[in-house]
This record gives sequence, structure tokens and C-alpha cells, in this order.
Amino acid sequence: MQALTNRAQEVSRKPMTFMERLYIPGILKGMAITFSHIFKKQPTIRYPEQKREFSPVFRGLHVLNRDEEGRERCTACGLCAVACPAEAITMEAAEREVGQENLYREEKYAAKYEINMLRCIFCGLCEEACPKDAIYLSETFAPANFTRTGFIYGKDHLLIPNPVTEPEAYAEAKGQRN
Amino acid sequence: MTLLAVDWLLIIEKLVLIAIIVFASLGIALYTTFAERKVAAVLQDRPGPNRAGPFGLLQPFADGLKLIMKEEIIPTSSNKALFVLGPGLAMTAALMTCSVIPWSSHIEIFDRKIDLQIADINIGILYIFGVVSMGVYGMMIGGWASNNKFSLMAALRGASQAISYELAMGLSLIAVLMLSGSLSLKTIVDGQMAAGSYWNIVYQPLGFIIFFVCALAECNRTPFDLPEAENELNFGYHQEYSSMKLGFYLFSEYINMIMSSAVMASLYFGGFDVPFLDESTLAPNIAAIIGVAALLTKIAIFIFVFMWIRWTVPRFRYDQLMNLGWKTMIPLALFNMLVTGALILLKAGV
Repeated sequence: MQALTNRAQEVSRKPMTFMERLYIPGILKGMAITFSHIFKKQPTIRYPEQKREFSPVFRGLHVLNRDEEGRERCTACGLCAVACPAEAITMEAAEREVGQENLYREEKYAAKYEINMLRCIFCGLCEEACPKDAIYLSETFAPANFTRTGFIYGKDHLLIPNPVTEPEAYAEAKGQRN
Repeated sequence: MTLLAVDWLLIIEKLVLIAIIVFASLGIALYTTFAERKVAAVLQDRPGPNRAGPFGLLQPFADGLKLIMKEEIIPTSSNKALFVLGPGLAMTAALMTCSVIPWSSHIEIFDRKIDLQIADINIGILYIFGVVSMGVYGMMIGGWASNNKFSLMAALRGASQAISYELAMGLSLIAVLMLSGSLSLKTIVDGQMAAGSYWNIVYQPLGFIIFFVCALAECNRTPFDLPEAENELNFGYHQEYSSMKLGFYLFSEYINMIMSSAVMASLYFGGFDVPFLDESTLAPNIAAIIGVAALLTKIAIFIFVFMWIRWTVPRFRYDQLMNLGWKTMIPLALFNMLVTGALILLKAGV
């Protein structure tokens, strides 16, 4: 039969030599190898205390961004929802009232903004689609939850802390991303 | 203190000694399970159990608690009496071995000389062999009473393996007995401790290797853990067991390991002898403590080697196991016995 690839190697079926049948030299060789592993560095990351560093392009949980004065950038244009291949994003738009200028940057804002984290594939297309730099993917991932509804993240989960009133929490949520 | 022609102090002394040794072996076995996991982890470049307590030192207690809290299941189609008897028998046989091992020379309390050995019977090593072969029954009864094909198969394998390797073990032992001229473990150890004599390993390197391999097989340790072959027999002879009955089986394996290490240390490595130290110059109590420490160190080293082998060598196939036992080990042991006998005769100048 013609071989599909030329990578196949013939199995050696010759009987074991006397040294091989003694087993002991082979076993000692193996034991030396395992013993040398005692002194090797463990690659383990002790998880809750230590965490693996993500790469700078890691796409994690979404963040709804604010501008420098703490106003929400999102204008509920819906481009992210259109771009989303998993159809994970839903939103409802609302018009800014007089006196809400310090809350929303433009006259239209997202009254409701939800991402279903079970549908989301973390592709980052929403981030690319957004004309206002209002959404980006952060360096953390969605934690476990007991219910499916718990994975639908609303504005209370997604919105970044206010940089004016809570600068530390803002910096932490912002992470290394710009 | 003799009353009714019985030395009551002796009985109390022996009872205390039995209690200490039984609980100490249980405690050591508890931590041997922990050591096994740690050694496995270190040999595989990982940290091992490290969550329960500092360095994970409370892990064996957590494991034990878990085993006790588990639901006790006795299969309806099993032979109930034998099903319960199995683990008890395995544990009893494992613990009974420790009675003839000389843990150290003797201590002196209030002018009373107390031997640190439960019973110095003159057929000590034969007794150990008898008890160890009883241990096979624990496995066999457990496997048979489970009424499970896999368990039965594993029990049969275990029994045939134990019987085959016991032969080679006994034959390799005869050479040691020729050297020491006694079946009593105490006499064998004293012979190695005497000035001008070396440990038996010097005279019996081949015999020791045979004995060691057979001890691995007797303890059902890898590479001879066919009765527990997870991938062919699901879990082996204790597949139907749960809760503390399973715990007893697992525990008895570790106690067997400790005891066979102690026997090997006594037979080939001078028992409680510390090399290059003349114990007779020390106060007896200090010498006894040093002796116990020396024996425990030797046991610990043996146990480490057992684990080291477990995490290095893959399991033998059944036919390879039988070939090794009958076609290699037994002829080698016979050869060793003949050579030893011939050399002893030559030296005696007959």
C-alpha cells in the first residue's frame, strides 16, 4: 500500500538484548531523569495570589469609557451592536435632559446597554466599530456566575469608575490600555 | 512485680509499646500519603498540595476527614460479611508485621530493661512472611466479595503476583539467613552491628535487589501495581469500596510500604545501626533514641525510593510480570543462594 506521507517509520521488532532484558540500566536511567526534575524550576503560577500577565493585546471584559471630565462617551449609535458577530450587544437610546451635561458628553446617550457575556466571543469588533472610543476590551475576563442572567452585564457592570470622583478605581479599571 | 506467676509489668510494657507502634505507623502512613503526593509533584515540576495549612501539612487530615464523611456503600449483590471483612483483614495483616521488627536496642527506666521490640520470636522473619501472605486474603476477599468482574480480575492478578514474587523473596532471604544463622530479626540486626562486621548489603547486593523488587511487587507498588491498574481494571480490587473501607485498603498499602522498608532496613542495612558509631559506648537510653532515629531515616529513604520508582517506571504487562518473576527472579535468587552457600563453605575451610 502506498503511504500517504513519507513520515512513517518502521517499528523495530527485534528481540531485546541482554542489557535491555536486565531492565535495571534502563530503570536507573529513567530514575536519574526524574530525580533531575526535583531541581528544576516549577512553571506553576499559584493562581489566586499570583496571576499570569496578559499580553498587551489581550481582549477581556468590556468597559464603557468616560472622558476626562467623567462624562459617558457612548451616544448609543448602535454601531457596536451592528458590528457584533455574536449579537451580544443590546442598547436603548435616550435624549439628554437639561442639567445632565456633566453626565453625558453628547445629547444622546445609552439609557440601557447590555452585553451577554455568554454570547460574546471577545473579538473586539465593537471596539473597532465605535466612533467615540466609548467601548474597549479590558485586561480581565468575566468571572464565574451561578445563573445565566448573571452573565448579562448592564451599565452598572460595564461603566468605568468616574475619573474625577474616583481616580484610583478609574486607573485600576483602565489598566495598561490607552 | 509478679502476681500469679505472671510478670504484669511486662504485659503493661508490651501493651504500651504496641499502642505506640500502631499509632505511630498509622500517623506515619497518614503522612506517607502526603509525602507521596508531594514527591509526585516535585518529580513532575509542580508544587503539589499546598493549600491546607502551612505547606499543605494538614492535607492528610482533610483527606481522612473526606474519606470518613463519604457515603458508605455496600453493593446489594455483594457478599456482605466478606465485603466488610476484606479491608479489615488487609489492615490487620499490614499492622501485624510491625510486631517483630526491632525498632531499637533497649531503654532503661527505673532499672528495668525494656526491649524496643514487641516480640523477639526466634522465627521472626518466617512470621513476617506468614502475615504478609495473609495480606493477600484482604485483597482477594475484597475483590471476590464485590461481585464485580473487574474487582475479581484484579484480585486474581494480585494473588498470583503476590504468590509468584513471594517465592523469589523467600529464596533471596535464605542467603541472608545463611549468613546470620538465625531467623530472629533481632539477631540478624545484632550480627550486622557487631564490631568488624558489615551490613548485609555488602555481602548480598544481588539478594537485596531481588528482595527489593519482590517487596515492590508484594506492596502492589508501581511497576507491579497490576491489581490497581486504573486503565485496564477501572480501579482494581477496591473498585466497589467507598468511605473508610476504601481508606483502609489505601492505608494498608502505605503501612505495608513502611513495614517492608523496615524489614529491608533490618535485613540488609543494619536495622537501627548507625554506621561508624559504636553504640555500646553511649548510655543505653541515648543509644536507643539514636537507633530509632536511624531506623526511621532508613525507612524514610526506602519510602522515597518506592515513590521515586512509582513516578518513573511504567507498569509491567501481566505476562512480563510473570516472566520476570518466574524466569528471572527465581533463577537469580537460586543462583545467589548457591553462591552464598559455596562461599560460606569455602570460608569455613571445609
